Amino acid sequence: MVREFTCIMCPMGCDLTAEVNEASGEITVTGNTCPRGKEYAVQELTDPKRNIATSVLVEGGDLPLTSVRLDAPIPRAKIFDVMAEIKKQKLAAPVKAGQVVIENVLGLGSNVIVTKNVEKI
Amino acid sequence: MERLDAAVIGAGVVGCAVARELSRYQLKIGVFEKELDVACGNSSRNTGMLHAGFTYKPGSLKAECAVEGNQEFDQVAEELDIPFKRTGKVVVGFTEEDRKNILKFKAVGEQNGVKGLRMIDKEELNQIDSSAGGEFAMYVPSSGILDPMQYTIALAENACENGAKFFFGAQVEDIAREDGMYILKTPKGSFQAKWVINCAGMYAPEISQMLGYPYYPTKGFKGEYFVLDKKAGKFLNIPVYPAPNAKGGFAVHATPTVDGNVLVGPDSYEVEGREDYSVTKEHLDGLIRDGSRMFKEMKRDYFIRNFAGIRWKRYDPETGEILDFLLEADEKNPNTVNLVGIESPGITCALPLARRAVKIIAERDSLEKNPSFNPRRKGIRKFIEMSTEEKKEAIEKDPDYGEIVCRCENVTRAEILKAIHNPLGVHTVTGIKNRTRATMGRCQGGYCETRITKMIEEELGIRPEEVRYSKEGGYMFTGRVREES
Amino acid sequence: MKKADVVIIGGGPAGLAAAVRLWEKGIRDILILERENKLGGILRQCIHDGFGLTRFGETLSGPEYAQRFIDEVEEKKIPYITETTVIDISKDKLVTAASKDGLLEIQAKAVILTMGCRERTRGAISIPGQRPAGVYTAGVAQSYINLQNKMVGHEVVILGSGDIGMIMARRMTLEGAHVQAVFEVQPYASGLPRNIEQCLNDYGIPLYLSHTVTEIRGTDRLESVVVSQVDDHMQPIPGTEKEYFCDTLILSVGLIPENELSLAAGVLLDGRSRGAVVDENHQTTIPGIFAAGNVLQVHDLVDFVSMEAEELADSAARYLKEEGLPECALAVETDGNVTHTIPQKISGEADFKLSMRVRRPMKNCTIRLSQGGRTVLEKKMRKAIPAEMIQIPVKADKLDKNSNLEVSVVW
Repeated sequence: MVREFTCIMCPMGCDLTAEVNEASGEITVTGNTCPRGKEYAVQELTDPKRNIATSVLVEGGDLPLTSVRLDAPIPRAKIFDVMAEIKKQKLAAPVKAGQVVIENVLGLGSNVIVTKNVEKI
Repeated sequence: MERLDAAVIGAGVVGCAVARELSRYQLKIGVFEKELDVACGNSSRNTGMLHAGFTYKPGSLKAECAVEGNQEFDQVAEELDIPFKRTGKVVVGFTEEDRKNILKFKAVGEQNGVKGLRMIDKEELNQIDSSAGGEFAMYVPSSGILDPMQYTIALAENACENGAKFFFGAQVEDIAREDGMYILKTPKGSFQAKWVINCAGMYAPEISQMLGYPYYPTKGFKGEYFVLDKKAGKFLNIPVYPAPNAKGGFAVHATPTVDGNVLVGPDSYEVEGREDYSVTKEHLDGLIRDGSRMFKEMKRDYFIRNFAGIRWKRYDPETGEILDFLLEADEKNPNTVNLVGIESPGITCALPLARRAVKIIAERDSLEKNPSFNPRRKGIRKFIEMSTEEKKEAIEKDPDYGEIVCRCENVTRAEILKAIHNPLGVHTVTGIKNRTRATMGRCQGGYCETRITKMIEEELGIRPEEVRYSKEGGYMFTGRVREES
Repeated sequence: MKKADVVIIGGGPAGLAAAVRLWEKGIRDILILERENKLGGILRQCIHDGFGLTRFGETLSGPEYAQRFIDEVEEKKIPYITETTVIDISKDKLVTAASKDGLLEIQAKAVILTMGCRERTRGAISIPGQRPAGVYTAGVAQSYINLQNKMVGHEVVILGSGDIGMIMARRMTLEGAHVQAVFEVQPYASGLPRNIEQCLNDYGIPLYLSHTVTEIRGTDRLESVVVSQVDDHMQPIPGTEKEYFCDTLILSVGLIPENELSLAAGVLLDGRSRGAVVDENHQTTIPGIFAAGNVLQVHDLVDFVSMEAEELADSAARYLKEEGLPECALAVETDGNVTHTIPQKISGEADFKLSMRVRRPMKNCTIRLSQGGRTVLEKKMRKAIPAEMIQIPVKADKLDKNSNLEVSVVW
């Protein structure tokens, strides 16, 4: 099986070609310009992972929302489950970038962390 | 049921002018408008010309009112505190046929009492404006430019300050006559009125019929426009019109605006849809082609917006001939004044028409002067038009003058706040725009729209879902991303 | 009247980076003027990740990336004023700004232009149709959703494959909206391949190339858009119209450097980049006025914005110390395959970094820099796409001082 992707590890966006050997299951990657390209292609074929960014309500702050992201990527298939968990959250000002909102979200080994300071008013 | 002495139907420029002239008398006046602001129809969808009156048939109401309205406008603009420039106009020609048509209407203009019309050669044309196309021209010194939106708002605000009430979202759905009074049914309730003045613009035939007059045949001619950046405005200082056709109609022209932009348009084509203000690729392409003949600096880099207006004209179904403005008061339909087919030059003619309408009422009813009538109205003071010293002073007095909300037009928080709390109680985003010019610059609200909607919510204490762009169903937001408690 | 060695217009990723680097170079009399109530610029609303890989070696969200610089500004106590909008810059470098505290007039020795860019609008591209609510540029929608907690709509069509448009496609999908499709008038995407992958493909959002919106319908709120296929000249092909029912149209149709203040100062602009004409020192045609970041040329990555501003700061510091910079008399010329270059002027005597974009996607091409027919250097590219800014360091020892530099793409 041959699959083509655009690498998303960095903005270079290399065109990758990954070939899976039917018998051995071994994956050969071409088109990458760095080792992370190969990692990405293998990951995409076996278990694609993504990071997401969204917002969490902040009460009593100088902004209504803070922004959050994951500190490690999660399986792509879990994006909407994790979104549902994040949507339930509410923080009280002040919040600080780096602050953990959900630890080990859904047991996926990734924390939801604040990315923007919101001051208390 | 609220009882009114006079119900004005339609808050376009004519309705607002009628309300303003009526407010000189002690009357309970109500203005009924189906939209959420004044001038939502064709009163704001035009070139903003104060016409001189040289293309209208001598003796017609159009000719008479245009010349009268033109002559008095310096005083009107001063009283109402609105921007106005008596720029003059050049009507340019390229061919001998153009010259023939120009000369024909020069004679018409002179017959109508238009002063100072004269032919000029290419050299003089270039001296007047080097960006104007054309081989020769007629110079029209009395033409001027104004902001039709500001003008209508000013008339309405002045009427309002003198006691007239405005009802928005109040389309007149039915008119009945009971015990010598008219009953107007609207979504805002029913109202009793002694007098009804039909200023419904494109919908005048419907109201006309409700009042007992004929359903006059009318039809629409749409024209599309480009609004060009103020960078283009630096080149053009006078309206440039092409030679009229034999009937006195003008093709695409280029006109500076009082704010320093340039309008290119309108073209003209017959349309069915009464309020179809959409613009089309075909016609915009035509404007680029024809506009470049009038304004040599026309280029795509300057495009900031398009719009369209519809000149809704009364015509004779037998001959197809376009008819004059109709202003009538038939005793069979007592206490009514019926205005139908008021199209271009409606802005120029609004006050003269309003005075004629009020005169009819005064002749048939005993009107008492409003002792507190004040013809003067103050507009919102613009930061961008102040000198450095005035700016310093304004900020010192009101620090909100130091917060720039719209960066293209340098509109400050102080101006937006005044617009949000306007006397007419208009709360749409477009309403704020038309009162301040915020969002009207080259970024088209990219920077300030988010600030303006937030200010509307805060000042009025409303939820995001309640903010309206310009129409009742024109919601800006569907709700919160995260529900706030 | 106040005085300052350097006034920086705009506290976004370019202005902040320039301020920090100037401080590091020993310049202390700096003033950053920012119109928002906080520093950070547009990054405050760019909550997605992917920033900082080049500059910091790790991937950050926009607010985190900005905070790195803000922390440095705070730590170094570099003066800044927020909620202050510059309304004029004179050619003598008198900066006038409005704030609630009054009208501020500052005489600067050097002015750094870092005002960023604005979005191209519906009016600028003349989309036909009606004018209902529900048509937003991508950046405006992003500001409403990420900063103001307001959702703009549910059934979405996106015109333009700019990066912000694609990022908003994903953002709105995550918040429960249904994004029907992204339409791009060009035969190739204008945003980065990684965004097509992770913002569109991941969520099953189709991207239609050579398509555009040919009519907007709806009187009150948007009801539908008509989309047509376009020919090689980007003209709609009759008969290909298809109506998409939606309440929201997001426009991501290009960014334009925001140079109104530059024009006021008399700075010459380049019609191709739409930013100032600058030399290898990032100095504009007015000595002592410098420009970097998106006000100079629209960048693909914020990392390059900050790095360009840091290079600018090195030159500005030198300008202040030496009271002027050497003249750059050689022009950088381009062929039809190159949209623009930065700088447009060089001396031929100093190292510099050439930034450029190609006009169309090209595979296995060579970018050639030459002077009077002599090749200065060649850079082979497996692929070059308009979405990406290409940067090429050029060494002074390869250059001569007498002929203009020509940049061409051979493929």
